[in-house]
Amino acid sequence: MLSIRNLKVSIKGKEILKDVNLEVKEGEVHAIMGPNGTGKSTLSYAISGREGYDVEGQIIFKGKNILDLSVEERACEGIFLGFQYPVEIPGVSISNFLRTAMNEQRKYRGLDPISGQEFLAKMEEKKKLLDLPEKLAGRSVNEGFSGGEKKKNEIFQMAMLEPTLSILDETDSGLDIDALRVVATGVNKLRRPDNATIVITHYQRLLDYIVPDFVHVLYDGRIVKSGTKELALELEEKGYEWLKNGI
Amino acid sequence: MEKQQDNILDQVTNSDYKYGFYTDIEMETAPVGLSEDTIKYISKKKNEPEWLLAFRLNAYRYWLTLEEPTWAHLHHPPINYQDIIYYAAPKKKKELQSLDEVDPELLNTFNKLGISLEEQKKLTGVAVDAVIDSVSVKTTFSDTLAKHGIIFCSFSEAVQNHPELVKQYMGSVVPSNDNYFAALNSAVFSDGSFCYIPKGVRCPIELSTYFRINAANTGQFERTLIIADEEAYVSYMEGCTAPMRDENQLHAAIVEIVAMKDAEVKYSTVQNWYPGNKNGEGGIYNFVTKRGICKGNNAKISWTQVETGSAITWKYPSVVLMGDNSIGEFYSVAVTNNYQQADTGTKMIHIGKNTKSTIVSKGISAGFSNNSYRGLVKVIKRAENARNFSQCDSLLLGDKCGAHTYPYIKTGNSSSIVEHEATTSKISDDQLFYCKQRGIDTEKAVGLIVNGYAKEVLQHLPMEFAVEAQKLLSISLEGSVG
Repeated sequence: MLSIRNLKVSIKGKEILKDVNLEVKEGEVHAIMGPNGTGKSTLSYAISGREGYDVEGQIIFKGKNILDLSVEERACEGIFLGFQYPVEIPGVSISNFLRTAMNEQRKYRGLDPISGQEFLAKMEEKKKLLDLPEKLAGRSVNEGFSGGEKKKNEIFQMAMLEPTLSILDETDSGLDIDALRVVATGVNKLRRPDNATIVITHYQRLLDYIVPDFVHVLYDGRIVKSGTKELALELEEKGYEWLKNGI
Repeated sequence: MEKQQDNILDQVTNSDYKYGFYTDIEMETAPVGLSEDTIKYISKKKNEPEWLLAFRLNAYRYWLTLEEPTWAHLHHPPINYQDIIYYAAPKKKKELQSLDEVDPELLNTFNKLGISLEEQKKLTGVAVDAVIDSVSVKTTFSDTLAKHGIIFCSFSEAVQNHPELVKQYMGSVVPSNDNYFAALNSAVFSDGSFCYIPKGVRCPIELSTYFRINAANTGQFERTLIIADEEAYVSYMEGCTAPMRDENQLHAAIVEIVAMKDAEVKYSTVQNWYPGNKNGEGGIYNFVTKRGICKGNNAKISWTQVETGSAITWKYPSVVLMGDNSIGEFYSVAVTNNYQQADTGTKMIHIGKNTKSTIVSKGISAGFSNNSYRGLVKVIKRAENARNFSQCDSLLLGDKCGAHTYPYIKTGNSSSIVEHEATTSKISDDQLFYCKQRGIDTEKAVGLIVNGYAKEVLQHLPMEFAVEAQKLLSISLEGSVG
């Protein structure tokens, strides 16, 4: 589904990602770990197409090189980014925001806008699935939300938009243990044979709840080690220093 | 990144004005220029009583002694008042008995603007007074309203049919010597709407006036007078558009509202005069005096305005809170793009005891425009326990526009509580990226964010207007941000 080849990314001449290679297949959950400042968020921005980054190499998504696509086109292709720090959009209700997003994506795919009734039914279904509070959709996007609420809102949007590839950036930062469980349960429940998830995290903690198929360690702009979930445990135990010595 | 943002900003400034068409109709106009003869011409055309001509001439003579005010944060070449046509009316063959006799061209014009003058086709339950240039062409639902004792007609008709009401209230809120443009309007006003809601009556439908400037080189000087007697209620809406022209056109109106004891008047405006092109050529100069007085105890007047049009907007809908416990409200969204200039706000004059006022102003500036909030909260010495809350927010799109806030607070009574809050913000790259990552393109994202920002004001608009206003906000800023 996603194939990243020789990816080099720099910002204002400073090279952040030096040579990243990654293969993600349908149905898989990948975890990308690594110490702060090694380019984990940059990787998520490069995949989603954020402006201001100089990108070389290839990002093939569903057989298509997406490097020339805009952020919104990539989103419409089915790439979703769960933000580390979701921004507030005052006065715009979550339901209005989501309906706009959903209809833009549908338009891109040649579909008619979703009817009000269908949309409401879908919101109810997803709220129930994720065990989210009744009032959530009427609130303004992230306005006055706690850290945990913001992350839940990201997962809710992911559930509503049903992306093919979800990248969750530090979804566990700023989460209390209950919120963490909601997020993890959400990710697990939304997991399907035809979608994939990349979880970007600093700590192993989230991986107690989301079991990845593969774990990659990003260090100094490169994936220096890949393995299965055991790698995460080993990392937790020995720390990143252990890897540094090995390079 | 900055370059990209500039690009997006450049794009935003290329929006189209949907209402810029011109209707070719046979017009009857006064000779160009302003003199006592012009005024006599207008007065005669309207078959006015002697006292009204005297009122006009008085105003004119006073106006001659005045200088155009320069205190607003507005810049424009001097207006040549001798270069303007002060009266222009579609020619009519005879007195209209029914809608069938309205010139089909005029009906078409209003249909194109989305205003239906055919009552049976009207679904929304809004009575309309349609004013084109200097005259009202049709007032709908007048008969239905008359059953409730409500008078809703053009100003000219009111002068003929209800002279005692006009004489009593005209100029009682905005005297003809109030200011330069009020004096000008009082001298040359042509038409507008008149509304009287009798004691204890809640007006069952929304009333509205639609102002259309059509003729070239013509100024529009309309006058609206709304009187809500004791315990009456009315919600009033005003809309305006004009053709696209390279030269500027002057619009100087007066709106007066009188709310008696326990009465409530809601006045909503969606102002969409032609704003000029993206180089700042053409557009309406909009100099308007709007004021209401809460005459009796517990009266309430509420102004809601969405200002997206005009090259220049000079407008301060105000409330004089005379009755005890009376309430004044002002909710405003003013959008300026390209080279538009707006200097708008309100005055809340607290005179009665326990009077309350609320001001919520949201300015949005884009392009090379300048957007100013100017407001006065005045509490006189005997106004015990006056209360005001003001919130003035500015949103900047791009770095070539300006937002300014001039709040004036004068309190003469130590028991008053006056609060003022102000913020200035920009649409951040993070917000745009967030929206785009969900599949929403830049222009839609800006529309969404701007509407969210203005929501506090938009929610005070009647339903019929709110949807239109939301669309208008997005369109006005099309191509302005990235």
